[in-house]
Amino acid sequence: MKILVPVKRVIDPYVNIRVKSDQTGVETENVKMSMNPFCEIAVEEAIRLKEAGKAEEIIAVSIGNQSCQETIRTALAMGADRGIHVLTEEKVEPISIAKILAKICESESPGLVISGKQAIDGDNNQTGQMLAALTDMPQGTFASKVEINGDKVKVTREIDGGLQTVNLNMPAIITTDLRLNEPRYASLPNIMKAKKKPIDQKSPDDYGVDVTPRVSILKVIEPPKRQAGIKVENVGDLVEKLKNEAGVI
Amino acid sequence: MTSLFYIEHTNGKVSDQSLKAITAASQIEGDVHGLIVGSNIDEAVAEASKINGLSKLLHLDDAAFDNVLAEKLTQVIFNIAGDYDYFLAAATTTGKNVMPRLAAKLDVSQISEIVAVESADTFIRTIYAGNAIATVQTSDAKKVLTVRPTAFKAATTDSAECEVAKINAENIPSISEFVGEELTKSDRPELTSAKTIISGGRGMQNGENFELLDKVAEKLGAAVGASRAAVDAGFVPNDYQVGQTGKVVAPELYIAVGISGAIQHLAGMKDSKIIVAINKDEEAPIFDVADYGLVADLFQVLPELEQAL
Repeated sequence: MKILVPVKRVIDPYVNIRVKSDQTGVETENVKMSMNPFCEIAVEEAIRLKEAGKAEEIIAVSIGNQSCQETIRTALAMGADRGIHVLTEEKVEPISIAKILAKICESESPGLVISGKQAIDGDNNQTGQMLAALTDMPQGTFASKVEINGDKVKVTREIDGGLQTVNLNMPAIITTDLRLNEPRYASLPNIMKAKKKPIDQKSPDDYGVDVTPRVSILKVIEPPKRQAGIKVENVGDLVEKLKNEAGVI
Repeated sequence: MTSLFYIEHTNGKVSDQSLKAITAASQIEGDVHGLIVGSNIDEAVAEASKINGLSKLLHLDDAAFDNVLAEKLTQVIFNIAGDYDYFLAAATTTGKNVMPRLAAKLDVSQISEIVAVESADTFIRTIYAGNAIATVQTSDAKKVLTVRPTAFKAATTDSAECEVAKINAENIPSISEFVGEELTKSDRPELTSAKTIISGGRGMQNGENFELLDKVAEKLGAAVGASRAAVDAGFVPNDYQVGQTGKVVAPELYIAVGISGAIQHLAGMKDSKIIVAINKDEEAPIFDVADYGLVADLFQVLPELEQAL
């Protein structure tokens, strides 16, 4: 079985983001970029399934500009087998990403697609579900546990009130939540080996997908800053203030 | 213009999240129809039919929908999609699961977790964990939106009963099945609807120490939450998590205990009315957003606080 893992290049989660002064977006020039943390969890889960003998090949896909090759290399260094890079300078929306991935699913026929539940830039949380719709596959979103039994995959999902378990016919789409696993660091020998692993370069046209955005960003601003309040001396003070000043208890 | 709003419910009650999010639908010009789905849901249907702002309620009552799976619910909405211009749901784990699947079936982009309606095609949402606020405009004819409930005031359920109509389940796929649910049992209010929340971070040191928070929560009638660091460290389950990758909350009072105030946590709670921070590190960034800060050892403060309340 093949596992397809889409990976996204985003601003590193530990970088403080800066809104551009012309309000057109967020500064991405000369900013440290990394693989989206949820995508790392997806790559890790695919590798663990391969190590457990449930999968033979892991294909990492990234859609975006030339630098996305680095993100694919990171996945290859972690343990993915080969990459597909769909090169485009356009800011591709989840629906178009899902369409490209659906075409890749047609040609690669993966048994599972494992993606992150959301990317930490746009916070959309859409692509996995959209891909599931376009391919008529079932979806196990926000997964904290994945178990393959024959031609079904049992997915434990993080839902608002706790956990939900579903059994999905394969092929299926899984999107990862935080507690699914802890991604490994790539070792130096594996980073070297990853340089020799193949990356196929494609374009959205190769898949016949029009990536023109449907949503335009009119304005991006900084959120209103919350003012720091006062320091209280002790618990007595705190309770007094909450009762009499704020009136919240 | 007509909007279809998906109404969630549990134990015969319409979800508070849905009541809040439906207010966003009411701000869009035109009628709002509700859709409620489940099995033996008479009670919830009765309540939902009285939601202010709803002109019609569609309900599907079918044993196959005892548990609502994305694959099935998406098809139910898709079956009636021709009648509607807007499709909305609260950005709960159900809304997030179902609406993008619907959007792709309709071949449109979804706009996730809106916090304000600007006009018929323009909406405001947060990106980068709330570190930036984007105004976005969609060119799609049909619009699929999820709504951040904390950004809207709950609709009341005291209006006259609206028109109620039954729909049937057709072409429902059977590619997935429900196995089970393990819901966190708690006598406390739900995090997302609680008026007061007390949350613990890595400073709690272990899961057992969360009992100290429980005791204070009991006095306050508060829900207990946690930072991502505390969840990652295995102190408490993920459904406690407040933050960009967990739940977004906006209670009257939020008490952060042993939480440093990482951006990702602030994104989930900075719209709270009053924020209290208790931390022994006076440099902790949580103090920058707190109305009241107490620099002290939480293991001393929490028992004292319990006593004082």
